[in-house]
Amino acid sequence: MRMITRLALLALVAWATSGLAHAGVSAPLQVHDAWIRVLPGALPNAGYAILTNPGNQEVKLVAARSNAYARVMLHESSESGGISRMHAVDHLSVPAHGSVRLAPGGYHLMLMHAVHPVKIGSRVTITLRFADGRTQDASFLARPANASGVND
Amino acid sequence: MMRVSSLALLVLLGACSSAAKPRFDLTNVTGHLPNLKFQLTADNGKTMTAKDFRGKVVMMYFGYTHCPDVCPLTMTRMHVVMQQLGKLADGIRFLFVSVDPARDTVPVLHQYVTAFDKHDVGLTGTPDQIRALAKRYRAAFDRGKVQKDGGYEVNHSAAIYIFDSKGHARVLATPATSNKDLEHDLRLLLKGA
Ligand SMILES: [Cu+2]
Repeated sequence: MRMITRLALLALVAWATSGLAHAGVSAPLQVHDAWIRVLPGALPNAGYAILTNPGNQEVKLVAARSNAYARVMLHESSESGGISRMHAVDHLSVPAHGSVRLAPGGYHLMLMHAVHPVKIGSRVTITLRFADGRTQDASFLARPANASGVND
Repeated sequence: MMRVSSLALLVLLGACSSAAKPRFDLTNVTGHLPNLKFQLTADNGKTMTAKDFRGKVVMMYFGYTHCPDVCPLTMTRMHVVMQQLGKLADGIRFLFVSVDPARDTVPVLHQYVTAFDKHDVGLTGTPDQIRALAKRYRAAFDRGKVQKDGGYEVNHSAAIYIFDSKGHARVLATPATSNKDLEHDLRLLLKGA
């Protein structure tokens, strides 16, 4: 009896794991080097990552949200005529078999109004939403204000 | 014969002037921009003027704390260069002049600049004071549309104005400037170039 239970449990675990593996395969993007620049106090933060699309079809990121922030926006910084600007973008396309880099000075996730102070070194989950309605969770590492990247 | 000697003279002059003038990697603005001059409130709550920074090589940048991307990128790059310079960095001050004095109160500014580098000084003032200083250096800025939550962005000049220890404007750095070039010119200015 005990043996049977254990077998059943093993089967259950195997089934659950394969299910998870399936969910992994269906994630539209691979997310690498994801980090957040945490600014002091109530100031907005910025999220960065490398988004890679292993699929045969373009993936269109249209929105993002997080339980850690009241509002998340897709933003782009640009410079022209010696003036720095920042504006909202309504979507970000990751080409088939290509990547898009969210990096300081360019595309970023604008993270507004942290619900609680975000601790340096902690991880924040940000949910990406795509044009076809699919979503994907990504884990971002909280880094200090003067960090240059995910590692330095 | 005449031609040869004038050529030689030119070469000689060229050699002379290049030895006398520092060879900056950044855009040389010596003589083209006014000396450092301001009176503003620093992030320590005190009124400070350009005179308080005599003897230091000064970098001046116009930004705002609600800027989570480009301003921190600039300040982080400065921090990296300061670390490269080691002890020499004590001869430099980086002035972060707020173009958003409505939101950049002294405490907000203080928290912000201290998060980047110990050689940073935050400066704020009345809108008129800030406008006058920006105008003096032809640094443009303008406030964008106010959003639903009351927030707004400020478009602002990307340049970093660099002054020698006597307060003379010498070189101009931009976001495209490499850390190597910046470090090179700061070293020259620290040596009294
Ligand atoms: Cu932004």
